Formats: sequence, structure tokens, C-alpha cells
Amino acid sequence: MTIVIKGGSVVGVSGVEKADVLVDNDIIVKVGKNLTGDIALDATGCHIFPGFVDLHAHLREPGREDTETIETASRAGAKGGYTALIAMPNTNPAHDSVTVIEFVREQGRKAGLLDVFPSGCITMGRQGEALAPLAELSAAGVRIFTDDGSGVQDPVLMGRAMQYAKSLGITMAQHCEVSALTQGAVMNECGCSSDMGVPGWPAIAEEMMVQRDIEMSRLTGASVHFLHLSTARSVDLVRDAKAEGLNVTAEVTPHHLSLTQELLTTFDPVYKVNPPLRSMKDIQALKVGLLDGTIDAVATDHAPHARRDKELTLDQAPPGMIGLETALGVVLSAVDLDPVQIAAVMSRNPAGIAQITEQHGHNIGVGDIAHLCVVDLDAQWQVDPSKMASKSRNTPFVGRQLRGMVRSTMYRGQITVQDGVAQK
Amino acid sequence: MSSAPQSAVAVMSGPDVTRAISRIAHEIVERNHGVENVVLVGLQRGGTWIADALGERISSIEPNFAVPVGSLDPTMYRDDIGLRPVVAGSASHIPCDITGATVVLIDDVLYTGRTVRAALEGLNNFGRPRAVQLAVLVDRGHRELPIRPDYVGKNMPTQTTDEVDVSAEGVVVTSVTGVSS
Amino acid sequence: MKHLRSISELGADGLSRILKLTESMAEINTRAVPKVPALRGKTVVSLFFEDSTRTRLSFETAAKRLSAETMNFSVSTSSVNKGESLRDTIETITDMGVDAFVVRHKSVGVPWQISQWTNASIVNAGDGAHQHPTQALVDCFTVREALGRQDLSGLNLTIVGDIKHSRVARSNIQAFSALGANITLVAPPTLLPLNIEHWPVKVSNDLDAALASTDVLYMLRLQSERMAQGLVPSLHEYSTRYGLDEKRIAALQASAVVMHPGPMNRGVEMLIDPSDIPNSLIHRQVTNGVSVRMAVLFDLLSAEEM
Repeated sequence: MTIVIKGGSVVGVSGVEKADVLVDNDIIVKVGKNLTGDIALDATGCHIFPGFVDLHAHLREPGREDTETIETASRAGAKGGYTALIAMPNTNPAHDSVTVIEFVREQGRKAGLLDVFPSGCITMGRQGEALAPLAELSAAGVRIFTDDGSGVQDPVLMGRAMQYAKSLGITMAQHCEVSALTQGAVMNECGCSSDMGVPGWPAIAEEMMVQRDIEMSRLTGASVHFLHLSTARSVDLVRDAKAEGLNVTAEVTPHHLSLTQELLTTFDPVYKVNPPLRSMKDIQALKVGLLDGTIDAVATDHAPHARRDKELTLDQAPPGMIGLETALGVVLSAVDLDPVQIAAVMSRNPAGIAQITEQHGHNIGVGDIAHLCVVDLDAQWQVDPSKMASKSRNTPFVGRQLRGMVRSTMYRGQITVQDGVAQK
Repeated sequence: MSSAPQSAVAVMSGPDVTRAISRIAHEIVERNHGVENVVLVGLQRGGTWIADALGERISSIEPNFAVPVGSLDPTMYRDDIGLRPVVAGSASHIPCDITGATVVLIDDVLYTGRTVRAALEGLNNFGRPRAVQLAVLVDRGHRELPIRPDYVGKNMPTQTTDEVDVSAEGVVVTSVTGVSS
Repeated sequence: MKHLRSISELGADGLSRILKLTESMAEINTRAVPKVPALRGKTVVSLFFEDSTRTRLSFETAAKRLSAETMNFSVSTSSVNKGESLRDTIETITDMGVDAFVVRHKSVGVPWQISQWTNASIVNAGDGAHQHPTQALVDCFTVREALGRQDLSGLNLTIVGDIKHSRVARSNIQAFSALGANITLVAPPTLLPLNIEHWPVKVSNDLDAALASTDVLYMLRLQSERMAQGLVPSLHEYSTRYGLDEKRIAALQASAVVMHPGPMNRGVEMLIDPSDIPNSLIHRQVTNGVSVRMAVLFDLLSAEEM
């Protein structure tokens, strides 16, 4: 049975071309004008992108299925145009054994809405004390390793992990946070935090670890990916490192491109996130970094939390925001990206970093797996939590007007989302 | 403020007010057979200047006695707190013990009587007067409680939509025109 | 719905209005029977998540003197389930019919969060290190009363101590600067917050240099935990450099006054018996507490049509 995506503009690696895309089973069989198929998916006025790839999503299963499951997160991802997610390892139990890795992968397969690629822990239980079985996990197919939720504090341990990384061809992804400097922190260390009398998360707590891991990468040759960069100086450090030809990459979240620390003066824990929302100056630097290629990818850091957890006091509430369904809209409302750039930061670059380019982040060419999304770049829409597929509702964008909407998503040739509605 | 056309009428002039205060001062002295045990208490905010004026007038009539003059803010005793926004006055000041004394409560306008009722309750907090008398410059009618003045400057029937403005310069009644008295 | 959650939210007009009302309440408190029926039928609930007998009683007395009904919930951290959301606690109590909550909590922002889940007026009795507006109102009233004037322009206020963790300091800085005072903060560098260039204050680490020009010396309590946290090398060093002793009292102008929000840490910031301090306003601060809180409750609960 064939599906033809008609009337849209295909976003290739080097440019955009008005063309139809014909899909047979799970493969793209033809790209050209005036194609026909058994089923037509209307893409008039829209752009056709390679399916988006999220390098950073918390799926909460196993352990906190009350807030999200691999299935509900997959559905949320599909609505956001994603056909692949890297699952973060801070589940319970954590991703430090092959059993858990295979469980997560299998749950993803069962849901059948997108590809779930589990990341592995760098240290056992993410405790930062002993290395996780990196070689074993790598043999089981894991390519990205992180203790996300926390950074690896011990430089000796991190150095050893990087030595492994180099030899196994895997990537160490770091949540840069010197935890001794962020005890009890609720928001960015700034004028507001002093007005409010709350402990702040100083920018140097991130920058010091970015600096450290750049040096370690220089020393070991390991591939290092920086998760959720949030400060201007972090961007500068990565830019300089890349200029030297070091093997580093970086991502930024949609919320760090659009929300400032002043939102915490509302005392609403929905704005509490790790790393915290920062200043306008930091936002400007992150935008520049995304545009000039210093930052390779947008990653959501989708972090579901139960309603009652976000109704705790500001200091007790857990940090994190959901983001799979609003990612594109928030990014386009914040940064002026052309379609080729969008495809790069949302799909092609993250696919490269995740080492999943055989199937994801392709050029939408004949023979490629049909992982696609159809996007109306000009559509204005409002965030309505009641319509979200995620099990949790902790989004800071409630009621906001966003620009850029995913109309349909295709995963392995199957339509998972059509006209904004999940199909399964 | 109503947007309907209004007309203002000066019902008493400045000299009229001075004469009324003078007459009331004499009536207070006469009724109480002198002012030996009398305390004047002006109700905030409209009655305090009248109480001061009465105190001065009385001391020229009866130079051997300095009549104590105090002020009372009845706000804390009002019966409409929470029904409408209420603005408090200044701190009350009762300069002597009122137990056994004759207190003359003084206000500019007597209308529903509720302010005076609140003031009576407030006075209770300061002691137990032998008697309480009421002096007002203007009685505009429309009583809602069984309160009656002992001394009146002028009786003046009004509409409930009228506004009555009292000062040492005179009394002005502002009506919504087209409504007959 | 009106609230008293921070001095900045109250504003300069609100500040003046409450200080004026406090005069009326202070007069009421001099009477043989210091009680008025003003808030009859209203219910004021104390919700103290952090213990404080003195402040709680001050509010309760204030409510009772206005003839309001009072209810008291002392929610110590052990009895509240960790994980029982604030919302659950508020919604349970609100069902009983509440006109005002007086809330103290060790977490910043609780008075604002609570406002989402109830129509009652919220009075902040202290939220973490953020604000303690009624204390600032007490302090402003006490200074005006002592100096016999309302305009505090040009008054030199020196606040000494753990500014970083002090809600009293934050509220007082806002209140006294709104009234025109010049404010100097004196503390060791580790007890001063970062990023306060926008605060209307001068900052110093030298207490002795500030004394001669000080009109109001405001001592803050130093919690002994600060030493355990490494914020000061030792309590001894702190008290030597920032404690109030006879020598420092003597260095003050004769007209200067001394204040402390209580409770005092004898031997740390107070090296002299408070009763030996001439021009101490500490007792007046306590006495004025009830009058100020009566003014606050009346202002909040009489202002609206219910």
C-alpha cells in the first residue's frame, strides 16, 4: 500500500524543493512532481522534514509511570514531529545494565510510534563512584552515555570514561553542573535570586565542567556532547573548542532559548528547571550559537512531573518541564531559522550525534526509511494542555501563542499523527 | 459621581453656620446648667472642627471652665464593614475619663443614624457616661435607627440622592435636577 | 482580594496607610478594654509551618482585639507528609470558611502559591529569607514613634548581620527606603547577597566605621548554623567584628536608637544585656507588634465588598 505526501516542499540537506514524496511500505520510493499513491496525505503549504530526533528526553519508565510511560512519551514525541528519541537514563532502575536497556527498547518497539534509543549511564546508578559496564552496554547498541540529572563530579572517573569512549567509539554526554556550587539552588544566581532570598545556581557551576570536559576531550580524543547548554560563556567555550578542531558537540533546549530567570519571581515551580532559566544576555548568546553552528542541535529535555510535585514549595518541587510537543513552535517563535537550518538542528545533526544516521536525519531520498514530518511553518497555535499526549502537564508555555506546527508525522511509512491528531 | 445634571444650592451661608454654632453652644450650657461635667466629643471626620468651634464658643460664655474636647473615630464600630470599602480616620483621642460625665457627641450631618450608633458603642469602650447628648449642624432626615438629636443647627429635608456638604464656609446641597424635593 | 505579602507589593501608599491605621490601633490598645467589633464574624487562620510562638500570638491577639474568630494550625515539618502538597493543606482548611490566612513557612514564595487555591486574604508572616512585611511595618512605626516624626528622609539606618538569609532585612530595606531613609548594610562578605547593585543601600564590612553617623542601629540575629555551613570562620570572629558591646554602644551618637527583631543570640550579635542599652527600642518593637497587626488585618478585611 502506497502513501503519497502531496503538495509540500521537501527540505533537503542543501535546499528546499517543491515535490511529492511516494512511500511504499516503509521506504521512500520516489520524490518528484505529480506523484500518485493509494492514500494521499495533503502537505499543501507545508514543508516536509526528515523526522525529528530528540537527543534528550526523560521517559520515566521504569519507575515513574504515573508521570509518563514510554508509550505516552512516544505519542507526545510523534505529535512534536519526532521519529526518534534518546531516552535519558535516570529511571528506576537506571540504564546501567543491559536488562534495563533492552526493556526500554522493547517498550519503545511495542508502542510502535517512534524509535526509542536508550542512553546508558556513565556510572553505576548514576552515583558518580564507579563506572557502568560501558563496553557491555555499547555491545548492546548504546551509543550515548550520560549520568544526566547529574554531572560526573570526579575528574578522574570522567577521564577513565572518556578513555573507554575513545576506544569504543561512543559519546560521553555531560550534564554540566558542579554540584557543590548548586546546593539548594532554585534558580539562576542573579539579582532576582538575591531579591527573593533563595540560593542561586551560578553560571560558573556549568562553565567549570564544560571547561573541564573540553580539556579532557583534548587529552583523550573522546567524543563529548554537552547537554542543555544554558550560559553565554558555555557557548564561547564550545565555540573556541570547535575552532581548535576538538571532538565536541552541544545542544540547547527550546526553553533556554525563550524563557528568562525573571519568571521565577512568580514563585511558580513550573519554571524551575535544571540548568535554570538564565538572563536575556545568555539567551542572546545561545541563539547566536545555534545560528552559527556552535550549538549543533535542539534537544527538548522533556521532563514530566506529577501535578502534585509541581504544587510543592519552590525549593521542594522537582526541576523540569515537558517539551516534546512544543519544541518546534517554541524554537521558531524564538529564533529565525530557515527550513534547512531547522532540519539540521532538529533532525540531521542530532541523528549524527546519536549515531543513528542509517535510518534517521536523512536527505529524504529514494531508498531512505520513511521517517518524516509535515510542518506548517507559518501556522500560529496556542498551547492547550488538555490536548497534549504526554501524561504530565508541566509546561511553562500554557496559553502561549507559538509559530510553527507539526501537521503530520510518518514513522516507518506509517502515519502516526495526522492533522495534529495522534493516530494510535 | 452621577453624570446626570446637578444643581447646587447654598442652604446656609458661612455667617449662618457661625450663628448656629453660637446658638448650640448656648443651648448646651443652658440644658446642662453650666458645663462643669460636660465633655465635647467630635465625630471624625466631619464633627471635629465643629467640636473645636463649640469648645471655643462655650469657653467665652463660661470662662471659668475649660470644657474638654476630644475626637472619636467610629470606624471600628460601623455595622457595614465588609459590605462596602471602609476608610478609617485618625486615632481617637478622649482627653479625660468620661465615666459619670455628660458627653455631647458632635457631628456635621445626621442622616441614617448609623454613624451615631457606632459612636455610642465606641464611647462605651472609654467609660460609662452619665448621659450622652447629640449635637448636629444639619439634620437631613431619612433615619434608619431610633436616634434623635438634642441640638440641631438646621432641619433640612433632602432626597437620598442629594449630597450635603458642610464646612465653616456654609452648607451646600447638591441635587440631581429634575427630581422634585 | 487584598494581600500583605511583601513590602514592595504593598507599595508606598499602602505603607503610609497602614502606619496611619496603626496609630488608631495603638490608641485602642491603651484602653482598659482594648477591643473593637470591627472584624466580628470574620475568621483569621494562622498557618505556621515554621514555629514562632511570639509572632503567632501577636497575630492572634490582634485578631481577637478586632473581634475576629481565630483558628490555629501549627504544621510542624514532621506532621505534614513530605509530599503533601501545599494545595491539599490549603483546600482542606479553606472549606471551613476563612477570610484571612496568616502564613509562615521556611520556603520562599508560599504566600503567592497559596493565593491560587483560596479566596482568602493572605498575610505573609515570613517566607524563607524573602519577606516579613509586618516586622518591617512594626519597625517603621517604632522609629517614627521614637523620633516623633513621620518623614524619615535623611535618617541613617544601619542594618548589621546575616543579610543574606534575612527576610527582616529585605522587608526593612524596601520599607525604610520608601520612607526616605539612607540605608547601610554591614556584614562580613559571605553574609551579603551577591548581585545587589540595584538595592537602594550602601554596603560595608566595617561596623565601627559606620557607627558615628548611624541614627538607627538594627542588629540581626546570627544563627549558629551559619558557622557549621562555613559562612563565618567562627562565632568568635563574628562577634568580635560585628557584635554589639559597650564600646560600640558608646561610639553611637547620643540620639541614636538600637533595634533587634528578636529573638536575640546572646554572646553572638548581642554582647551586652539589652536592658543596659540606652535608647533601645526593642521593647517598643514587641509592644507595637499587636497594633501593627491589627492595622494589617483591618486593612485587608475591611477594604473589599465581601
